[in-house]
Order: sequence, then structure tokens, then C-alpha cells
Amino acid sequence: MAQEESDSGGAREYWRANVRLLLRLLCVWFLVSYGFGILLVDVLNRVRIPGTGFPLGFWFAQQGSIYVFVVLIFVYVWRMNRLDAEFGVAED
Amino acid sequence: MNVQAWTFVIVGLSFALYIGVAIWSRASSTKDFYVAGVGVSPVANGLATAADWMSAASFISMAGLISFLGYDGSVYLMGWTGGYVLLALLLAPYLRKFGKYTVPDFVGDRYYSQVARIVAVVCAIFVSFTYVAGQMRGVGIVFSRFLEVDIAYGVLIGMGLVFFYAVLGGMKGITYTQVAQYCVLIFAYLVPAIFISLLVSGSALPQLGFGAAELGSGEYLLDRLDGLHAELGFAPYTDGSKGTFDLIAITAALMVGTAGLPHVIIRFFTVPRVRDARTSVGWALLFIAILYTTAPAVAVFARTNLLATVSGQPRADVPAWFETWEETGLISYEDRNGDGLIQYVGADSPLENELTIDRDIMVLANPEIAGLPAWVIGLVAAGGLAAALSTAAGLLLVVSSAVSHDLLKRAFRPDITERGELVAARLSAAVAVIVAGYLGIDPPGFVAEVVAFAFGLAASSFFPVLILGIFWKRMNREGAIAGMVTGIVFTAAYIVYFKFVDPAANVPDRWLFGVSPEGIGTVGMALNFAVGGLVSLLTPPPPEAIQRLVDDIRVPKGAGPAHEIRA
Repeated sequence: MAQEESDSGGAREYWRANVRLLLRLLCVWFLVSYGFGILLVDVLNRVRIPGTGFPLGFWFAQQGSIYVFVVLIFVYVWRMNRLDAEFGVAED
Repeated sequence: MNVQAWTFVIVGLSFALYIGVAIWSRASSTKDFYVAGVGVSPVANGLATAADWMSAASFISMAGLISFLGYDGSVYLMGWTGGYVLLALLLAPYLRKFGKYTVPDFVGDRYYSQVARIVAVVCAIFVSFTYVAGQMRGVGIVFSRFLEVDIAYGVLIGMGLVFFYAVLGGMKGITYTQVAQYCVLIFAYLVPAIFISLLVSGSALPQLGFGAAELGSGEYLLDRLDGLHAELGFAPYTDGSKGTFDLIAITAALMVGTAGLPHVIIRFFTVPRVRDARTSVGWALLFIAILYTTAPAVAVFARTNLLATVSGQPRADVPAWFETWEETGLISYEDRNGDGLIQYVGADSPLENELTIDRDIMVLANPEIAGLPAWVIGLVAAGGLAAALSTAAGLLLVVSSAVSHDLLKRAFRPDITERGELVAARLSAAVAVIVAGYLGIDPPGFVAEVVAFAFGLAASSFFPVLILGIFWKRMNREGAIAGMVTGIVFTAAYIVYFKFVDPAANVPDRWLFGVSPEGIGTVGMALNFAVGGLVSLLTPPPPEAIQRLVDDIRVPKGAGPAHEIRA
């Protein structure tokens, strides 16, 4: 009984940690695409990336957001693997 | 050798490669057929997903679309890549842990309802068929332009090939041919892009090249392009003209639609473990990003080249590619003022525009416009075919498993044997190939239109019930069915109204909240969430066993080497 309770308590904690991580990563996801790429594009376009012809907002919309997306997923993989090990819920 | 000979050789070699791979990886069980025996490595699955996902639209049309839309084209770049973040974080690991074969499987089991399962099957088949018809059409166009065979024969050859490896090999055959197809298509995309980038900017990386200064003039390429646009009366390239809310809605519809497309989701059922599902989404997006970050560069090079080569030039001096494409009807020029010059100008110009160009030809014509060697042009044809065929095969598998597994095995004939189910799966794949081929040869006029809307439909039907099914235990059967039906009916009705019933009304002033039909999936999705949540709260909670199922899919441990079908 005690075992079961601590298990479900652990599972609940694990799930909370997971959801917290998701929300943080999704904030970044929102910021670089909808934020920098669309909502703030006119403001950012006043700045140029030094040494290139890219207006910053345009660059985020057509390049930067995509690079950040790739990095986000690998950060998620790395953090989740650590979380799985911490809570003893990893496979194998 | 000339272009046509090179094309024959390169396309022939690539087809021989796919057939070889297909023979090597035949399916021998339903598990092989539906999920490739759950033994695909994360990197291989990432490659296969990238090919599965990047269709004729990504390869052939996207750069052209961006080339004509400028900044507004960003919605496709962000929308079609950002969806993978949602897929990785919100869906793939949990659905992999669930461990069944199809999306309707999850919907049917999680919502303990045959009605929900059948609604999901109908949505999956509808989304997949609209999408696949466009692929077959793409195959036909490449064949007819580069090999000068009739579009119908082109589609038949494509059908034969897909038939061979999808029907024989199922998911296993498709997976490994898709890996080969990714290699062909990315090589075919990058070679001309790098060539042109070197010619124009001196940079070997197109991603940097389109932000660099032009060789010769020393002016930044983007400034040059904005200057040309201003001079010719087009809207500026690096600024948008769509409304902000519409941009957001379209981006969101494409992102969420990507995450809800059944043929993409099932790819993550094929890896051995939950952690592999997470990693493999990362690989998939990395491989996709290689093409997606190159596309906007190709768009800028193509646009600049096009304006510099044809605009204001005498018709008699324009290179031969112009005439070849004129013959296919994809470029048309009418000398309205009779001066023998090509006036290619935008809406803000005092002159009258005399040239119309189908934006789909930009990627295919680009190597010719830039004067690249003949073998590069043949390579581009092979790449376009690889993109179209790999996507078609993945979609056909969804249709086939929806029929043999979801309808037959799980709904109507649960006592069917493993052998019987495998035969049924092959037969339905065969029928699906034939239907898809028919739609490709003789498309009902609206197919091309509808393809883009497959995303809106996927966004408004599947995404909310999958997310709520994982993240909200209280979500129940009644909510899921009400949500899916509301979402897809609303979205389909909006699209059908503006595209087919009353196309004249398809202007921003008449749109709901200023959202175009391309972006309406976002509103449909929001409705699905709202209706689904509300109906759930007003009806009894799901049974205890379902709540335990949700607890179980939330932790990776215990996924095991995936489930066998037990009769």
C-alpha cells in the first residue's frame, strides 16, 4: 500500500516536471515564431544582422525560427532522458 | 548527353534503387506491414519521416510560392516545421507508449467507443485521399515535362512503382525506400541550390548566400530584390501584405495540421522505445530543416534571376527555357502593347503586365534559368519524383491500415486471422493505389485546391482529441465525438463555401475574423477544444480503466518491444 502511494506520488511529480518543461519550451517556440517572426517583425526589421543583408525579423521568419525548433527538440530529448532516469521511469 | 537522356538515366537508376530496397525489405506479418516490426532506428525513422512528410508540394511548389509571396511565404516555412515541436513534445512519445498501430486505434481505445473509432477512420481516409491525389498529379507533371510522356502514363508508372513496394512491403518496405528517397531528394535539391548560390553570391551555403552581397555589384541581394520590386511595382519582398491575425491563423493551422496528420504520426509507432520516438522527431526535423532553410534562398535567387532575365527584355532575346515552358502552358506571354518587350510588372506599376508564370515551375525551371548543366536538371526531376512517391506511399498505408485494421479487425470482424488481416491490408493498399491513380489522372477540378486544406482538416479533427486524450484524464467519449464532428464540419463547410459555393466572396472583408480559408483550421481546432471540453464536463467521466490507461501512457517505462496483435 505504502509502496503504491509513493509510486503514484512519484508518477504525479514526474508528470508535473514534464508539463513544466513542456510549457517552458513552448514559450520559446511561441516567441521565435509568432513573436519574432510575425508580431514583432516590423520592429525587428529595423535592425540588420551585421555583415549581411538580412532584416532581423525577416531572418527569424525564414531561417532563425527553424533553427531554434531543431535545437528545442534536442533539448527536450536531453532533459526528458535525465528526468526519466531521476524518477526511475526510463526503459531498460 | 541532352537533358532528356540524363533524366531517363537518373530517374531510371533511382527507380531501380527503390525496387531493390523494396525486395530486400518485404513484410511478413501484420506488425511488419503496419509498423515495420517496430525495429526502425531513430535516425532511419527520422530520414523516412522527412521523405514521408516532404511532398511534391515541398519539393516543387514551396520555393516558388515563397518566391512570389516574399515575407508572407514565411507562414509555410514556420508552419510546416513548427508542427514538429508540437509532435515531439505533445504527441509522439505518448502515442508510441500506447503501442498500437494507427491513430484511430488510439482514438477508439482512449474514448472506449466504436463510434469515435469510425469517425476517426473517416477523417483519416478523407485527409489522406485529398493529399495523395496531389502527389500523383505531381508525378504526372514531372514525367510529362521532363520525359515527354503523357501525364496519364506518368501517373501509371508512378502507380506501378508505389503498388510494388507498398503492397509487398507495407510499412517496412515503405520505410526503407523512403530512406533512399530522402537521400535522392535532398541531393537533388541542394546541388542546384549550391551551384546557384556560388554563382550569385560566392557562398557555398545557400542559407548564408541569400543574405550576402551580390557578386559584381556588391549590393546585398535582398536590397537588390526589394529595389527591383519597387521599380517594377511589386510589393516589397521582405515586407508582408497579409493581415497579422491571418498570418498567425495560417501558421497555426499548418503547425497543428502537421502534428495531426495520421501518416506522420504513425511513423513514430515504428521505433523500438519511447525515448527513440522523441529522438527521432528531432532527427526528422533536422533532415527537413536542411531543405526548409534552403528553400527561401532558392526563392530569392530564382526571383532575382527571373526579374533580371526577362523583365523589360525583348521577347526574341530570352533564352530557350522560356519557350519550353511556354509550350507546357505554365508560362504565358501576351505582347499587349506590341513593342516586342516583356513587361513583367506588379499592381503598382503604370505599365500593363504581359507575363503570367505558374509559381510551381520555379524550382523545376531554376536550373535552366541559371544555365546549369543538363545532368542537374535530370537530378531535379528524380528528386521531385522521390518527394511525390514517398509521400504517396505513406498516405496509402494509412488508408490501407484504416480499412484492414481499424474497420475490419477492430470494428467489424474481430475474429479475422493474422493471415486474413495481412491479405486484407494488401488488398486495400492495392485498391487505394488505383483510386489515387485515378484521382491523379483525372482530378476533379478541385484537387489541387483541396490538398492545402488537408492540413486544416487534420488540425480541426485529430489534434484536439489526441492532446486532450493525453493531457486531460477527464476527457470522455461524448466530448471527443462532439469535438471531432464540430471541428471537421465547421472547417470543411467554411472551405467549401469560400472555394466552391461562392468563390466571389473569397475576399478578406467577408472572412470570419479576417481569417482566410487556409487558416480556418485554427478556428476549427479552437471550436473542437471548446466543444469537446464542455461536452465532457456535462457528461459522466470516463471509466476507471481508461484513467489508468492515461496514467500508463504518460510514463515511458513498460513500453516493451511493442504489442503484438492478439486475436
